Amino acid sequence: MDTSTESRTGSRPVGYRRDDLDVHPPYDSPAYRSTQYRHPTRPLILLPHSLSEITGPVFGHEAVQASDRDLTHQHHGEPIGERIVVSGRLLDGDGKPVRNSLVEIWQANAAGRYAHGVDQHPAPLDPNFSGTGRCLTDDEGRYEFITIKPGAYPWGNHTNAWRPAHIHFSVFGPAFATRLVTQMYFPGDPLFDHDPIFQSVRDPRDRQRLVSSFDLGLTQPEWALGYRFDIVVRGREATPLEEP
Amino acid sequence: MSARLLPTPSQTVGPFFEFGLLRPAQPNLVPPETPDSIRIEGTVFDGQGRPVPDAMLEIWQASPSGRYAHPGDFRSDLPIDQHFSGFGRNGTDAGGGYWFRTVKPGIVPWLDGRPQAPHLNVSVFARGLVHRLVTRMYFPDEAEANAADPVLASVQDPRARATLIAVAGDGVLRFDLHLQGEGETCFFQI
Ligand SMILES: [Fe+3]
Repeated sequence: MDTSTESRTGSRPVGYRRDDLDVHPPYDSPAYRSTQYRHPTRPLILLPHSLSEITGPVFGHEAVQASDRDLTHQHHGEPIGERIVVSGRLLDGDGKPVRNSLVEIWQANAAGRYAHGVDQHPAPLDPNFSGTGRCLTDDEGRYEFITIKPGAYPWGNHTNAWRPAHIHFSVFGPAFATRLVTQMYFPGDPLFDHDPIFQSVRDPRDRQRLVSSFDLGLTQPEWALGYRFDIVVRGREATPLEEP
Repeated sequence: MSARLLPTPSQTVGPFFEFGLLRPAQPNLVPPETPDSIRIEGTVFDGQGRPVPDAMLEIWQASPSGRYAHPGDFRSDLPIDQHFSGFGRNGTDAGGGYWFRTVKPGIVPWLDGRPQAPHLNVSVFARGLVHRLVTRMYFPDEAEANAADPVLASVQDPRARATLIAVAGDGVLRFDLHLQGEGETCFFQI
């Protein structure tokens, strides 16, 4: 990571911008019923950014194996479903790549079933698909996974509730302050308007940044469709010393 | 300067993160036999006082010398322990319980150079949380340092402040979290 040269002005650490706060959904999002008893009711206390917040966990290559990024080759056979490439860049709010940073994903199989004991959806499990992957971003902040397009699945939030197809993403970014867990969706999903989790993000322009785009350049002939999904974590506060 | 990009919105970790993020879990920040290591345990409760069985906690902390294992910690005079990453992650069990084993972090400076009391930085994720919650865990045997800590001092309500300090138990530190309601944990906007 390349944060050491710009992490302070004098001895004062430079914090991260708070421009993401109204981008995120409100903790109290009633249409997503599970938020009802799990959202704090007291105002959050504003925490200035000290070294505790501008540092964060660093993961090395020991955290990942090359095979972790290909979810179609984690078993003896190939999983059923539509093979896809999912790639994008992890960037900060100034467009700078976040390098050597851990990206973790998990998802349902092509039938909409998670390889997780709690998932009761009566759709088939795929013995050749676990649905988890991880990788480190490269020098351009790029990550890439090969996987299977996940299916939509039902859930108990309300009558006839279905989640749009999605891949869960977990990223750290350069600091404790930039930790982010999100979900990536696929373009044009008819379930968007009916999904309280997608809709928990209030502004449609913000929601749009959760939707990947089909990318012919990523698409591999005779093999797999490509989807691009860039992830942006907040950038640093302006530092007067950065300008010459 | 490149153009500003708007951040990607947060989405809930959902109910099925365990197989993606906790295999393996990382509850031990130090090997179990480490001298002076501390076991931290607690339960996560919802607003009805029910345990939350599908939550995940992450902790981020400085080493015993007070240094973070990150290039942004510029205090090169403090030793780095190559074996101490400062990061832990564990889920809650069916009874809402979680645990970590770690060592007490050292002193980390506040923005103006004043010392902060030893603390863990804590993120909480769960089904029903659309965005992580952030809190801190302070140590009960640091009364003097806690009294001088700028973050604890910024929490006006003494009951809210008390939720940030672990409770000494039988060989463990207890740090329960209440997402809502009676005894609601003090959470921070960072
Ligand atoms: Fe899901």
